[in-house]
Amino acid sequence: MTFYRCVLTAIFGLAMLSTATAGEGLVDPGRAGYVEALKGKTVAFLPVAMGFDLAEGWAAGLRETMKAAGGKLEIRDPNWSTDAGAQALTSLISEKPDLIVVHNPDVQSYARLIKKAENTGIYVLQINMRSSYSSDGYIGADWKAVGEAEANAIVRRCGKGTGTSGKVAIVQGVLTAATSVYQIQPILDVFAKHPEIKVVSNQAADWDATKARALTATVLQQNPDLCGVISFWDGMALGSSAAIREAGKTGKVFVVTNGGGEQMACNNLASGSFDDYVSFDVPRQASDMSDMIKVLFQSKLKPGQIKVSLYTPNKILTKETFKPDACWSMKDLPKD
Amino acid sequence: MSGLSGVQAMLSRFGGIRPSQQNIVLAIVVVVFAVFSLTLDRFFTSGNLLSLLQSVSVLGILGVGMAVVVIGRGIDLSVVAVMAIPMAWALNMMAAGTSTLVALGLALLLAVLIGILNGIFIAYVEVPALFATLAMGAFVYGFGRSQLFNQDIVFLPQTAPWLSAFGRAYVLGIPMAVLVFAAVGLLGFLLLRFTRFGRFFYLMGDNYLAARITGIPTRPMIVLQYALSSTIAFVAGFVTAAAVASMNTRIANSTLIYDVILVVVVGGIGLSGGKGGIRNVVIGTLLIGILLNGMTIMDMRYTTQNLIKSAILLAAILVDSIVNPRDEQTAQQGDI
Repeated sequence: MTFYRCVLTAIFGLAMLSTATAGEGLVDPGRAGYVEALKGKTVAFLPVAMGFDLAEGWAAGLRETMKAAGGKLEIRDPNWSTDAGAQALTSLISEKPDLIVVHNPDVQSYARLIKKAENTGIYVLQINMRSSYSSDGYIGADWKAVGEAEANAIVRRCGKGTGTSGKVAIVQGVLTAATSVYQIQPILDVFAKHPEIKVVSNQAADWDATKARALTATVLQQNPDLCGVISFWDGMALGSSAAIREAGKTGKVFVVTNGGGEQMACNNLASGSFDDYVSFDVPRQASDMSDMIKVLFQSKLKPGQIKVSLYTPNKILTKETFKPDACWSMKDLPKD
Repeated sequence: MSGLSGVQAMLSRFGGIRPSQQNIVLAIVVVVFAVFSLTLDRFFTSGNLLSLLQSVSVLGILGVGMAVVVIGRGIDLSVVAVMAIPMAWALNMMAAGTSTLVALGLALLLAVLIGILNGIFIAYVEVPALFATLAMGAFVYGFGRSQLFNQDIVFLPQTAPWLSAFGRAYVLGIPMAVLVFAAVGLLGFLLLRFTRFGRFFYLMGDNYLAARITGIPTRPMIVLQYALSSTIAFVAGFVTAAAVASMNTRIANSTLIYDVILVVVVGGIGLSGGKGGIRNVVIGTLLIGILLNGMTIMDMRYTTQNLIKSAILLAAILVDSIVNPRDEQTAQQGDI
C-alpha cells in the first residue's frame, strides 16, 4: 500500500513538475537573434520629397517597423530637388546608417552614390523608381506590368467591338523619370497588337494637373470622338478628368491611370473621374520593405552581395467593380 | 551703333506704324494665328479658341499682377508661391472642417499680408525688389509647407463641390477662367488708366527720383503695388484650384514664374518700367496661348515646345533692345 502510495505520489509530483514547466513556457530559440539583429539599427529614408501620399505611406510603414524593433528611422526631405537629394545621400554615406532606402528622381543621378554607399558598408534599398545601378534590393511597382495593365484597360474599353473611335491620348510625367521611361514602351507594345487603337497625342505634363488639363482640353477639341486617356500618375490625371468633365464627356472618354491607391483614387473612381486605376499598393510596399530590412539585418550578408527585386503585385481597380475599402488613407497614418 | 540705327531706320519705314515691340508682337500673333488657322485642322473653331484662352487665363491673370509691379519699375518673383500656398492652405482648412468663406478669407488675408511685407521691404528697407521677392517666394513656400500644412498637393475636399462647379462653369458659353481673366484685366486697365494711383505707378517707373521730388508718396505706392500683385496672385490660385480640383504647391518651384515674366516682356512692357499697359499683357498671353495650343495640336515634343518658346522670348528681347535702345538719361543703376 505504502509502495503504491509512494509511486502515485512520485508520478503525481512529476506530472505537477511538467505542468509547471509547460505553464512557464519555452524560450523561442529564434527570437533572441532577431531582436539582437534589429536593435539599435538606423534606417535612413531619402524620398524625392515628403508630403505626398507615396512617401508618407512608405515612411509611416518604415517608422512603425523600426520603432517596434527598437531601432530608428531618419528621414531626409530634398523636396523635389535632385541636387539636394544627392547632397543628402552624400552626407548620409559619411553618417553611416545601417541601411538607406532611396527613392530615385531619375535613373542616373544617384547611381554612383548608391554604389559608393554599398562599398562603405551600408545596405541600400530602392523604392518604386529604380536607378540604373541595382543595389541590395528594389521594392516597387513593376512599371512594365503597370503599363500593360493600363493599355489592356484601354483596349477593353476602346478596342475592337466597342464601337468607339479607338483614339487614345497618353499624358506622360517628367520624361526622364523611371516611371515614364519604363512605362511607355509596354503601352505602345500592347497597342501595336491592336491596330484599331490610335495614339493621337503622346505628350508630357510634368506631373502637373494644370498642364494636363490644358493638354487634354486641346486634344479633345481636336478629337471630339476621343475614347480614352492614359495618365501616368493619379495626381496629374485629375487635370485630364477636369477637362473631360468640362467638355461634358465624363463616362464617354475613359481615364486610365495609376498610383499608390490612396483614398483620393477611390473617391475619384466613385465619382467617375477615373475609370480604371492600377494601384501599386503603398502599404504593401512598406511591408515588403520592412521584410527586406529584417532579412538583411539578420542575414549578415555584406552590402552589395545580393541583388533582389520585389515587384509589388498590381491591384487593378475599375469603376464598376472596385470596393470602397480598396484604398488606404493618408489621414489614418500614425504621426511619428 | 550704325548697324543698329540702320535696322531701326528700316523698321520705321513700315508704312507709318511705329515699330514698337507691342506692334511687332501683335504682328507675330496675327501671322501665327493665320498660319495655324489655315494649316491646322480644327484650330479655328470656337471650341478650340475658348479652350486656348482658358488654358492661358491663369498665366494672364498673373501677368496683370506682374504688369502693375513692372510698370512701377519693380518685379515680383513671389507671385507663383503666393498663388499656390494661401489657396492650398484654404483647401487644407476646408478639409479640416473650417467653413469655406472663413478659410478663403483667411487665405486672402495671408496673401495680402505677404504683398504688404514685400512692399515694406522694398520701399522702406530698400532691398532690391529682385532679392526681396525672390526670398519672400521661397519663404512663403517653406513656411506654408512646414507650418500650415504638410501635403505637396492639396485636394479639393468633397465638402465644397461648388468650388469645382465654379471652375467648370460657363457664362454665355465662355469658361469661367476666361471671364475672371477678363475681369482682372479690366480692373487693372481701369486702375492704370483712370486712377491717380495708376498714373503715379507710371511716373515712378519712368523716373523714380523725379516722382519722389514731385511729391508723389512713392513708398506707400510701392506697398500698394505689391499688395495688388499678391491679391491678383491669390485670384489666380483660386481659379487654378477650381479648375483642377486641387492645388499643386510644387508649382512654386516650377518655371511658371518665367512664363509670367515672358508674357509681360514679350507683350512689350519694358522691365525698366514706366511703359506699357494691360493691352500688352493680353497680347503676350495670346501669343503664348496660340503657340502652346498649336504645338499641342501638332503633338510636338515637350522639349521642342520649350525650345520654341524660349527662342521667341530671346527674339522679342533682341528686337526690343534694337527698337528701344537703352536711354542713358533714364537708365539707372540697379535696373534689371
